[in-house]
Amino acid sequence: MNPIQSLIRNLANQYGRSRENLLPVMQGVIQQEKFLSEYSMIEIAREMDIPAAEVFGTATFYSFLETKPAGKYIIRVCKTITCAMKGKNQLLFAIQDMLKIKVGETSPDKRFTLLETNCLGWCHKAPAMLVNDEVYTEVSPERVREILTKYMNENN
Amino acid sequence: MAYSYQLKRVDFIFRNENDWEKVLSATIKKKPEELINELISSELKGRGGAGFPTGLKWKLTAESKAPEKYVICNADEGEPGTFKDREILSKVPYKVLTAMAVCGYVTGAKQGFIYLRGEYKFLEAELYKAIDEFQYYCKEIDLDFKIKIFMGSGAYICGEETALMESMEGRRGEPRNKPPFPTQAGYMGVPTVINNVETLVHTWTIFKYGAKKFYDLGVQYSRGTKLFSVSGDTPKPGIYELELGMSLQDFVYEFGDGDTKAVQVGGASGFLVPRKKFKDTAIGYEGKLVGISLPTGGSMMLFNSSRSMFNVLDNYLEFFREECCGQCTPCRVGCQQLLLGIKAVKRGEKPASYLNKLLKLTETMQLTAKCGLGQSVANSFSSIVENFREEMIY
Repeated sequence: MNPIQSLIRNLANQYGRSRENLLPVMQGVIQQEKFLSEYSMIEIAREMDIPAAEVFGTATFYSFLETKPAGKYIIRVCKTITCAMKGKNQLLFAIQDMLKIKVGETSPDKRFTLLETNCLGWCHKAPAMLVNDEVYTEVSPERVREILTKYMNENN
Repeated sequence: MAYSYQLKRVDFIFRNENDWEKVLSATIKKKPEELINELISSELKGRGGAGFPTGLKWKLTAESKAPEKYVICNADEGEPGTFKDREILSKVPYKVLTAMAVCGYVTGAKQGFIYLRGEYKFLEAELYKAIDEFQYYCKEIDLDFKIKIFMGSGAYICGEETALMESMEGRRGEPRNKPPFPTQAGYMGVPTVINNVETLVHTWTIFKYGAKKFYDLGVQYSRGTKLFSVSGDTPKPGIYELELGMSLQDFVYEFGDGDTKAVQVGGASGFLVPRKKFKDTAIGYEGKLVGISLPTGGSMMLFNSSRSMFNVLDNYLEFFREECCGQCTPCRVGCQQLLLGIKAVKRGEKPASYLNKLLKLTETMQLTAKCGLGQSVANSFSSIVENFREEMIY
């Protein structure tokens, strides 16, 4: 059994194999792999005995269930109204300038993926962004450089 | 100019009380009917935005004879400009858990779920700690009620109660047809009470202090207090608990920056109120008090005169286009066409009269869309286009 198969088997053992456990299983794969490849979706379908098309259909509905290859750190910048008013674009420019990637792209070293997302629920401390599950609020272009440097210097 | 105004600040929700064990054990000594009557007489209405009477919801579920039932706490807080539920869950989680257990006791449900939006995953560990402590006490007093967290994965529509249940069942978060309502056939097809986080905390207040204390706050049809998430062009953004029924004018005096042009009440799916209508608008559920009364899930976004209302509407429509589940045609195609339409008018490719056509389209969406998302696009669209028409064109 390859690592993905055993990951999926473990998750299915942990949560159960009925349909209502599909989301937790997919979230578990994302946690480890950062995205759901076609292969992992087919494996999930096989393990849980659900049509693969259903797995694909469900996965593509949710914006946090990535189906495209993604980096180790997924940066999600909030683009909804208050963040847009309070300097989301400057924040995006600073990130793009630093990582040399555009929105939707992954850095060549597979470390960062830059995405925009809808309201994160931090409108009183705009602009906000997520790096994986970590929240950063009132992020100025200066601060975002500090934050990303920290992630860049992290090992592996 | 001296203008005397009254905004009544209250402090119930975040009041730090360490007596949840006492409240829980005292409450479940009362009869379920007694508790339901207490809730009904408090006139508490759902705080997620739709405003369904909470007591009635519990009663309908309690009356059902089904052997299995569920309680769900809706923490899929996705409406732009709302962030109160996160604050509740991180500051006073035990109030929410207690309220869920009482709801389980009243309705006969043995299992509760908290549907937590993916964006709040950082809360999960803390919340599980609170749940563990809570379950331990439940065991001590022989209360058979379990609580689990279900993580969402980033979908605004899953805040709609039936979409949320679809999502929990492992499917795409597409709203169901109603009826049957969740109180008849909800999660896994069994009767389910689904309440917003804040609503549950209000039931705690009612069970602890009595319905009268709650009823005495607010105004007719809109009893009690409400958490407001204040953001945008304001010197003091944040979360405030206020009595319902205030006039928008008073709100703007308190929170505006002196140059408030318009206030968006109820987030992207709510209404935009321009300056000239502040005086005639009250915040609360339906019922004619001061002109119009606007319900809200608590989102209050202020815009000052430096903001372009075209950009605001453009941002909302892009939000709806992305978050529309794509299931029904009026909403799927409507959101796309509205966005293309206002851009075309702005660029001069379509005449100004095209806006009237778009307004008609939102009317159609209001009548024919399957769920609240598609129906409420008309709210912000028509209130912005009608009040700031020239900004849409020039």
